[in-house]
Amino acid sequence: MAEAESTAKPPTDADPETDNEAVTFTLAGVREGFITGFPVAVGVAGYGVVFGVIAGRAGLSVAEAALMSATVLAGAAQLIGVELWADSVPAATVIATVGIVNLRYLLMGAALRPWFRQLSPRAAYGSIFFTADENWALTIAKHRSGSRRGAFLLGSGLVLWLLWVAATVLGVIAGDLLGVPEQYGLDFVLTALFLTLAVGLWEGRESIRPWLAAAGVALVANLVLPGEWYVIIGALAGAGMQMVDYE
Amino acid sequence: MSDALALDPGVVAVIFGMALVTYATKAGGLWLVGRVDLSERAEAGLDVLPGAVVVAFVAPALAEGGVPEWVAAGATIAVAHKTGSLLLSLGVGVGTVLIVRQVV
Repeated sequence: MAEAESTAKPPTDADPETDNEAVTFTLAGVREGFITGFPVAVGVAGYGVVFGVIAGRAGLSVAEAALMSATVLAGAAQLIGVELWADSVPAATVIATVGIVNLRYLLMGAALRPWFRQLSPRAAYGSIFFTADENWALTIAKHRSGSRRGAFLLGSGLVLWLLWVAATVLGVIAGDLLGVPEQYGLDFVLTALFLTLAVGLWEGRESIRPWLAAAGVALVANLVLPGEWYVIIGALAGAGMQMVDYE
Repeated sequence: MSDALALDPGVVAVIFGMALVTYATKAGGLWLVGRVDLSERAEAGLDVLPGAVVVAFVAPALAEGGVPEWVAAGATIAVAHKTGSLLLSLGVGVGTVLIVRQVV
């Protein structure tokens, strides 16, 4: 509730000297991420069920599908990977396709750098495993609001991971009974989340040119290129526009 | 269907391949940016990257949507702007898309 959007700084214990700089990695941060991430993870779980259904049809056992969800944790890539698999595409092609679908994570990880470079490598590279589109968005929003809780990504990722794996199992076993995510409007959760994040990231006039570049290039790329290249190319165009405009 | 607990070694190998590649993309960006000394110009680009990713993601999704998605997007933005509450804007967005789909 209030937890989800508390912008007010709690009158904490923190020593005023470190308050401005140090990013922490604490249980409190994990907890906050977990709670904030829960409603979003419920939306993601709708797709976990879909993934389970498709994985089951592709011939994966419950254990295999759950293992994939637990170790890969990337919705779009898993769905596409399993669909290719069902068409008996060679394993190397499946893995390469998964890499291409996931290329946007390179940019998302880079965007976390200003926050994560203050964490220990173990904390940073351990947490980053739990990155998905949804909790990345929550984490960026949290960071921009001035939060110092570096464990937020881990906490929001853990709740997502739990529901993702559980929903996968449910999907393989009983998915056909549950219906499609569209029926519950869950297909709009990610868009709504990103739009909310966009409102928070908007910086007025300064944002106009990079955002127009990102949107325009993404729209064109989506028409002419297959798959999800549009996210990467559009985002790079936006950042590139800002670099050209710099000074 | 196969035995629920079956773990075929070939299948497990492909799964681990997928997992490795995915982790490499998640960690790779963070690692790469940490390797190089960024110019101020590059830092400025990195600064707008989150917004650029979001816009590049959302624009085609909305272009491919229809009236329900557009109305719901407007409602989501309005609520996010007014209240700043994530839960509220998500709820209104999903609720609006469901309602308008019934009507249109």
